[in-house]
Amino acid sequence: MRVTVTVNDQDYIRDVEPRLLLVHLLRDELGLTGTHWGCDTSNCGACTVWLDRVPVKSCTVLAVMASGSSVRTVEGLERRGGELDQLQVSFALCHGLQCGFCTPGMLMTARWLLDRLPDPSDVEIREAISGQTCRCTGYENIVRSIRHAAESERAAG
Amino acid sequence: MTAALTPGTSGRRPDPFAGHASPMGHGNMVRKEDARFLRGRGRFVDDIRLPGMLHGAVLRSPYAHARILSIDTGGAESHPKVRAVITGADLERRGMAWIPTLSHDVAAVLATDKVRYQGQEVAFVVAEDRYAARDALSLIEVEYEPLEPVIDAHRALAPDAPVIRDEIPGRTDNHIFDWEAGDAAATEAAFAAAEHVSSCEMLYPRVHPAPLETCGIVADLDPVSGRLVVYATAQAPHAHRALYSGIIGIPENRIRIISPDIGGGFGNKVAIYPGYLCAVIATSITGAPVKWTEDRSENLMSTSFARDFHMRGEIAATRDGRIQGLRVQVLADHGAFNGTSQPSKFPAGFFHIFTGSYSVPAAHCTVRGVYTNKAPGGVAYACSFRITEASYLVERLVDVLAFDLGLDAAEVRRRNLLRPEQFPYRCATGWEYDSGDYPRAFELALEMAGYDELRREQARGRRTRAETGEGTVMGIGLSFFTEAVGAGPRKDMDIGGFGMADAAELRVHPTGSAELRLSCMSQGQGHETTFAQIVSEELGISPDDIEVIEGDTDRTPFGLGTYGSRSTPVSGAAAVMAARKVRERARLVAAAMLEVSADDLVWDKGRFHVRGDRAAGVGIGEIALAAHSGLELPEGVEGQLDATCVYNPPNLTFPFGAYLCVVDVDPGTGQVTVRRFVAVDDCGVRINPAIVEGQVHGGLADGIGMALMEVMAFDTDGNHLGASFMDYLLPTSMECPSWELGKTVTPSPHHPIGAKGIGESATVGSPAAVVNAVLDAIGVRHADMPLTPAHVWSAIQGRPLRTDLAIG
Amino acid sequence: MQVPAHFEYQRATSVEDAIALLERYGPESRIVAGGHSLIPMMKLRLAQPELLVDINGLADLGGISLAGDVLRIGAMVRHAELLASVTAGTHFPLLHDAERVIADPVVRNRGTVGGSVCQADPSEDLSAAFTALRATAVIEGSAGVRRVPMREFFHGPYQTAVGPAEVLVELQIPLSNSATLAGSSSAYLKVDRRAGDWAVAAAAAVLRIDRDSVVTEVGIGLTAVGARQFAAVEAEDFLRGRQLTGEHIAEAGDIAAQHCSPVADQRGPVDYKRHLAGELARRALHAAAARADLAIIGRL
Repeated sequence: MRVTVTVNDQDYIRDVEPRLLLVHLLRDELGLTGTHWGCDTSNCGACTVWLDRVPVKSCTVLAVMASGSSVRTVEGLERRGGELDQLQVSFALCHGLQCGFCTPGMLMTARWLLDRLPDPSDVEIREAISGQTCRCTGYENIVRSIRHAAESERAAG
Repeated sequence: MTAALTPGTSGRRPDPFAGHASPMGHGNMVRKEDARFLRGRGRFVDDIRLPGMLHGAVLRSPYAHARILSIDTGGAESHPKVRAVITGADLERRGMAWIPTLSHDVAAVLATDKVRYQGQEVAFVVAEDRYAARDALSLIEVEYEPLEPVIDAHRALAPDAPVIRDEIPGRTDNHIFDWEAGDAAATEAAFAAAEHVSSCEMLYPRVHPAPLETCGIVADLDPVSGRLVVYATAQAPHAHRALYSGIIGIPENRIRIISPDIGGGFGNKVAIYPGYLCAVIATSITGAPVKWTEDRSENLMSTSFARDFHMRGEIAATRDGRIQGLRVQVLADHGAFNGTSQPSKFPAGFFHIFTGSYSVPAAHCTVRGVYTNKAPGGVAYACSFRITEASYLVERLVDVLAFDLGLDAAEVRRRNLLRPEQFPYRCATGWEYDSGDYPRAFELALEMAGYDELRREQARGRRTRAETGEGTVMGIGLSFFTEAVGAGPRKDMDIGGFGMADAAELRVHPTGSAELRLSCMSQGQGHETTFAQIVSEELGISPDDIEVIEGDTDRTPFGLGTYGSRSTPVSGAAAVMAARKVRERARLVAAAMLEVSADDLVWDKGRFHVRGDRAAGVGIGEIALAAHSGLELPEGVEGQLDATCVYNPPNLTFPFGAYLCVVDVDPGTGQVTVRRFVAVDDCGVRINPAIVEGQVHGGLADGIGMALMEVMAFDTDGNHLGASFMDYLLPTSMECPSWELGKTVTPSPHHPIGAKGIGESATVGSPAAVVNAVLDAIGVRHADMPLTPAHVWSAIQGRPLRTDLAIG
Repeated sequence: MQVPAHFEYQRATSVEDAIALLERYGPESRIVAGGHSLIPMMKLRLAQPELLVDINGLADLGGISLAGDVLRIGAMVRHAELLASVTAGTHFPLLHDAERVIADPVVRNRGTVGGSVCQADPSEDLSAAFTALRATAVIEGSAGVRRVPMREFFHGPYQTAVGPAEVLVELQIPLSNSATLAGSSSAYLKVDRRAGDWAVAAAAAVLRIDRDSVVTEVGIGLTAVGARQFAAVEAEDFLRGRQLTGEHIAEAGDIAAQHCSPVADQRGPVDYKRHLAGELARRALHAAAARADLAIIGRL
């Protein structure tokens, strides 16, 4: 079945089985392995990407359902020219990652949060990432990183 | 972090990896590995795609205990995309149906005679894509004759219990081993003379490390060279190479194990699993690379679980709470094969450090291991070889003692904590604790938490609730743990016959940059950064100029890998000693350069200068260049600066800490909210404090998870009741409070830079604090983990439930 | 990773088209909306439809709006949309209470109201919420449109009034219990083992009281405790026409507990779930009452 999808501003056309999961389209067909998966039941959120500007768990979306849509993954966070998104900078500065497996999904949700809510409280940050499991950080430095990014972006105007 | 990186910088965002923020040596710095992870450019096993790669899938048993009557693979083999189907019979022909474990047992790779737990491997399908491989599983027909399973460990030794391992000639029961430590007679005497004895039965339930990345492999056997390359989620690549070689018969020089980035390990990725071996066999059969990646259910059902210790603890004390003796009996559920990954002379791991942080004159434990119809394993999940169980036991027992005697739990700990002058301290079961100042850490935790005010608040709350009958109840839980990590001295400790020494190779390039090659393997601990800082501190080379290489047996020296918090204690020490060898060689070269005696040179971090003349000196970069140049060196001095060290630790390191948890419990629903968690850790010298704190954060979340929600229970048929993340609950950002960390620093006297391991401290120390807090809140003497709302409510009603069995 | 078995896939261009596809392919065809119940079941191969009819593109099924004397919620409304809807929250605060505890924010971005209700999982939160609100399901098939009260909608676990070739179009909630009316409000309370987990038990309460604090209308919904149609009808009958007092609320809770039929699982034993049914019904009624009229709190 023909899938036409825009990923990180690049258009792709692929013929796939209807049952192909979006996460596998990204990873196996398009080679975008920055998006991970950690469960089969849409609990862990490692596979979180943007579908039409909204974070979704790509292990529970069929690739064919995304046809005609735009997808943004962690590979699309960097600006052209390699400038990092403020969240990427803040995660590095605040030690917001350890094994790095949950990080892409966390970054995508955090970017969405800050785009809608530039000054989130810690509770709002925690709620936003509550569908995404991290086994390394105890969430503390992820929350700090997101708060740091919010402060930096506000200060930069 | 420099000012340039603080919020509010205008213009183009600074690149945090540019290096200008890195310290020369120890201290906080941005992690080097983050540059790739933050861009989605980490390389994990499932990211690897080789040309012509095939995909494997495992058919697993739906039964906990059943005889296999027949397996028909015809349907699967006729699937157009299937390239091979492997069964136990195929492995039997190769002599590989059963393989030795690390605990003096054998384990099935693919079941032949019987299946012995739900989820056990029965067949392996290799297909052109992963979807087809999955499809083909349903085309294999297996005829089973269900047998009665042994699920409750307490039933395993009943005379009428079915014999799980009846393939072993002469075996008539499910008993694996009996093991003991300590002095039984002295302990008996202490109990006989004691003013008070408290006892308690407690279960540390079966849990799972559940790293976010599941286990996986890509196996690639080159049919021409006969060389096997394995990309795997392996915490111990060199041990894996040796084991593969022994099992498959390919010599080690023709096996290369590559551990790429690992998405969390926590002990889950130490063992060699049947899926790995099947992939290796499959590449040899098909001539193509074969990938196999577990799904989450496979991970939870079949790979290394942790704990499952049924413990009965007794504590003898004076009436004012001074401990006189400890006695423990353990029933250890090891599952269907004894496959614990631990030093071979310690069948119950390091559990016999159960006297914890206290001055205990007499102690004795017995541990009895039994088979059940559950997955094998037991040693994993940041347990430091079962110190989790030991620490939980003693910290719970101390609270039970306080409860029974009507004493304050902090005061009882104060009366029994080891005093600084007792170190080095040899405990009643033989461990020699290297260093510690326990009262200092304990009082700091109480002070940070405001312990006395919390107790007053609790008293006020209890009065209010007694009057109104409404509201939540608050509880305060304490835990003081002692860890023993960095295994270990070769004469005492080996894994599968390999002594637990690890090597470091340090190469200093002509221009003064360096590469450090290590046998350990990061799974998120930040080795690329920490180990660069270790060498930087010793040689004065910027950590940005030091490349840390690990996870590739072709490029690194032999060693046993990363688990049991051993990287810094063992490999870290090896790196220091290698760097110091480099420094001593550099001294000789510098002496030749400056034409002075080596004894007249003074080291000043990165530079040798002549005593009394700071201006007359050479930096490490210049020395490196000279060492590679035509400079004439003194007799006996080799050129270049490279050095190797194999570090055999003289003892373990003994990190410790004082934890305090504050919870609010809703007695009407049983719901627990963790309000605060104060953690004071002492891991000796901290190389990168931010990384140390991050390790602690993660372990504290583990404690919330195990204390409040994580468990793998089984129903009477042996069905796994925690086989997905819908049922095996991990803590989220909502259950974790903002951790409040403190520290003391008591260097290890025997580690070359005074560092101790930290990777597992918080996982070991935190569960007891949470449980103690919940039980303190509800005024119940004991209830088992996990304290889910149902278990808390049932405990309040005086009807505690077994947490390891199905709730009926 | 677990993956679904083969199936065919069609995007419906209209509700009529969806119905036609379902009729053509028969009972082995299924509608997929957000997919967050169905796709995991397909991965486990507990569901193996031969055709999926994707209704994500059907604008007719979207939107939250006031229409006459009802609030209509389109079947394709995502959970996040309902949670963000000021209109829905103003009239029926319990919808926001419930949405806040359904799965997690990322799942709520994709999962739909209609999908949740049609899944009819005994632990699903919106079923009890809509039951308490006495909503009506609007169902369309080739024979036309049917209106089914929520209290007749559920035919058992995972079974609903929606036929194999029918589509749930929207849910309509009568505004007679709108919290904008004096003396009226609602609340939803849930006990779970962890954020994002399915309910151990939950209760929805909708209340309307007159100036004398007499209950003129009441809806009590119960989640995950085996209440028939997710409703505590006996407790509602008890409260209706009585003064809203602490004693009466307590008794209503007891009645709700007596009449439910929980089953034991790893979330809890029967006695605990029964206790929760009563406790949460009581608390939800108190919360609704407090929202309805702060002045009456003193009397409870």
